[in-house]
Amino acid sequence: MNSKIITAAEKQGAANGGQSGKSSIVIALAGNPNAGKTTLFNALTGLRQKVANYPGVTVERKEGVWRLNGSEKTARLIDLPGLYSLDATSLDEQIARDVLTGKLLDLPKPDVIVAVVDATNLERNLYLVTQLLEYKIPVVIALTMVDVAEKQSLEIDTQKLSELLKISVVEVKAPQKLGIDELAAKVLETAHNKSVLDNNLFFNSNSADDLDFIHLSLQDNGEINKKIFARYNFISDVYQESVKPKQTNERSFSEKIDRILTHKVFGLLILVAILLFVFQTIFSWANLPMDLLEKGFGALGDSVRANLSEGILTDLLVDGVIAGVGGVLVFLPQILLLFLFLSILEDTGYMARAAFLLDKLMSRVGLHGKAFVPLLSSFACAIPGIMATRTIESPKDRLATIMIAPFMSCSARLPVYTLMIGTFFAGQTLFGFLSLGAVLILAMYALGIVVAVAVAWILKRTILKSPPPPFVMELPPYRLPNVQNVLLNMFNNGWQFLKRAGTVILAISIILWALTAFPRSTELETPSQAISQNQIAPGSQEPAVVGSTEENCGCSLEGAKKIEEEKQGLALRNSYAGQLGHLIEPVIAPLGFDWKIGVALIASFAAREVLVSTLSIIYNVGKDSNEESEGLIDAVRNAKKDDGSPAWTPLTALTLMVFFVLAIQCMSTVAVVRRETNSWSWTLFMVFYMTALAYAAAFLTYQVGKLLGFG
Amino acid sequence: MILTNLPIGENAKVISVNGNNRITKRLMEMGVVPGVSVRVIKSAPFGDPLEICVRGYHLAMRKSEADTIQVQSPKSKIQSSE
Repeated sequence: MNSKIITAAEKQGAANGGQSGKSSIVIALAGNPNAGKTTLFNALTGLRQKVANYPGVTVERKEGVWRLNGSEKTARLIDLPGLYSLDATSLDEQIARDVLTGKLLDLPKPDVIVAVVDATNLERNLYLVTQLLEYKIPVVIALTMVDVAEKQSLEIDTQKLSELLKISVVEVKAPQKLGIDELAAKVLETAHNKSVLDNNLFFNSNSADDLDFIHLSLQDNGEINKKIFARYNFISDVYQESVKPKQTNERSFSEKIDRILTHKVFGLLILVAILLFVFQTIFSWANLPMDLLEKGFGALGDSVRANLSEGILTDLLVDGVIAGVGGVLVFLPQILLLFLFLSILEDTGYMARAAFLLDKLMSRVGLHGKAFVPLLSSFACAIPGIMATRTIESPKDRLATIMIAPFMSCSARLPVYTLMIGTFFAGQTLFGFLSLGAVLILAMYALGIVVAVAVAWILKRTILKSPPPPFVMELPPYRLPNVQNVLLNMFNNGWQFLKRAGTVILAISIILWALTAFPRSTELETPSQAISQNQIAPGSQEPAVVGSTEENCGCSLEGAKKIEEEKQGLALRNSYAGQLGHLIEPVIAPLGFDWKIGVALIASFAAREVLVSTLSIIYNVGKDSNEESEGLIDAVRNAKKDDGSPAWTPLTALTLMVFFVLAIQCMSTVAVVRRETNSWSWTLFMVFYMTALAYAAAFLTYQVGKLLGFG
Repeated sequence: MILTNLPIGENAKVISVNGNNRITKRLMEMGVVPGVSVRVIKSAPFGDPLEICVRGYHLAMRKSEADTIQVQSPKSKIQSSE
C-alpha cells in the first residue's frame, strides 16, 4: 500500500514537470467566508504570498509559502476562495473544485486540505468539510474562534470531534499564532500517512470522479437535495455528540448591535452617514498625496527635459511615459483609501448589512444589494468602484454593475463641468435664488444616475438576463477587523491595479502622445530657445493656419511665451490628432462642435480632465491653465469657428457637458474593465455603447436646444 | 405555513424546502433543511429581505425565497393536534 502511494506521488510530481520540487508538498486552505481563513493564511505565510488571477477568470488566486517546522520543509499553500459548498454553482466554487481535483494545469492536486472551521458556527462550517472528505484528499481541520465560542457558552470536545470525523482537529488562534506548530505537525503526519483515505461516512462512492458524475447527473431530479440532507443529518449527529451547548435565551452581541444598525429608520440614516464619512475622507485625505504625485511627476518631467537633449525620445519619455504613468499613479491614493475602508467594512461584517438594507431598492433595477457600494464608490472614481464589484458573486450581475459604474459622475468630470459653467453660466440664477451652475451640476449627476438605472434595467432583461440571483446571504457576526488582513488587502489591490491597468494605460498614453506629436514639421523641431531668440520667424509662417486664434489671444499675450504657446497650438493642429479632429468634424458638427473641440474630445479619451489642458493648447493659452483661469475662459468665449461664427454658445457648453456625463472618456477605466471582465469584447462593447449613448444624448440636446431657439 | 408568515421572534421547525432549483439548493447548503429550527429576527427597512437565525447563525433571504420554506411553529402544532 505504502509503495503504491509513493509511486502515485512521484507520478504526480513528474506530471507537473517537477515544478513543485521534491520536498515541497501542496496544501489547499478551504473554508467558509468569515471563518478566519484569510487571517490563518496570513499567519502561516506572512508576507511570502502572491496574488494573481486564475487564468481566464477574475477569481483571485492567492498562494504562499508555508514553512512547516521552521525552515527545513516548505509547502505551497493555496488559499481557495471562501466557500459554503463545492457544488459548482458559482465561479468561486467551480475554481475551488478544479483546484481540489487537480484540473488546473499549473497546479498539482493538493496533498492535504486544511479546512478552516469556525467554532461558533460549527454545523454550517462542517458542511463544506463533509464535501471535502468526499473528494478523498486528506483533510485536517483548523478550528478557529474557539475562545469566542466559549464565551457563547459552547463547549466543543475537540477530541470527540476528531474521532467522529476520523480526521485531525487542531485548535488555532491565528492572530496570536497559537496552534500553528501543531497544525504543521498534523499536516505533515497526514501527508505522509494517507490511511485516512477511507472516509465513507455518510454514503459510499468510490472515487472523486464518480462523485463528480453523481453531482452532475442528479442535479435535475432533486437527488442532490437528498445528499445535502444526508450530509446535514450526519453533521447534526456529530454536533450533538461533540458540543455541549448551554441553552441561553440571551440574544447575541451582534443581534444587539443590529437592533440599531439594521433598524428600519436609524439603519438607513447610519448607512448614509457612514458612506458620507468614507467618501468625504477619501476625497480630503487623498487630495494631498494626489497633489504631491501630480507635482512630483510634473517636476520629474521637467527635470528629465532639462537634463536630456531636446528630441523625440525626450518628448516620448516626458509627455508619453512619465505623463502616462503619472496619470495612473495619481489614482493610487484614492484606490488605497477606498480599499482600506472597504476591507474594514467587510471585515467587521457591516458590508453584508449594507446589502441587506438596500437589496429591495437595488432589486427593482434587477441588481443585487451588493452592487450599491461599488456604484457609490464610482462617484469618486469608477476605477476603485469597478474593482469593488468583486464582492458580487453572480458574474452577470457583476458585469451589469461594471457596465453602468462609469455613468456615475466621477471627480474627473468636475473640471469639465467647472470650465463650462464658469465660462457660460457663471453668476446666473434660476428663479432668482438658485445658482444656475449648481443646478446644472446636480442635473449632470442626476442624468448619469437615470441613464445608469435605465441601462441596468435593459441589460438585465436582454444580454445579461439571468434569474434573480439568490439573496441567501450570511450576516456574519460583528468582529473587530484584523489589521494585517486589512493592510494586506489594501496593498494587494493597489499593486494589482498598478500592474495590470498600468501596462495598458502606458500603451494608450504613448499612442495618444504619438497622435498629438506627429507628424512634425521641420520648423517645429527647432529647439524652443532658438525660437525665443528669433521670435519673428515662426510667427510669420503661421497666419494661414492660425486664422481666428490670432484675434483672440494675440492681444493679451506677448513675447516668447506666446510664441511658444502658438507653436504648441500649431503643432497640435498639424498633428494626427488635429487631422483626426478635421476628419471627425462632419460627425460632430450636428452636436455643434468644430474640429478643435474634436481634437479635445480625442485627446480627452485619455482622461476627462485632459479636455481642459487640450483646449488650452488649441486656444494658445498655455498648457498650465486650469478650468478656473481667466485666460482660458476668455479664449473659449471668444473662439471662432473656421467660418467666423462663435465656436461656443451656452448650448454647445451644455451639449459638451451632456456628452461628458455619458461618454467613457477615460482610458484607465477601459483598462480596469478589461482587467476585471477579462474580456476585450465586453470592454469594447462598453466603449461603443457609452460613446453611442453620449453621441445620441448630445445630438438631442443640441438639436432640441436649437429648435427651442437657444444657441 | 410558509416561513414568510412566521411572526418575528417565534421559533419554528422547517418541514420542507420546496422547489428544485439553485435557490432551493443554496438554502439547503446553508443549513435550512427539513427538521432544523429557525427564527425570524427582522425584515429590512423596505420590508424585504428577511433576517433569520438558523443553526446559530444569521441568514438573510428575500421573501420570495422564504416563501419556498414550509415551517411548523410549536403553537400551530398544538392547535392542529387539538
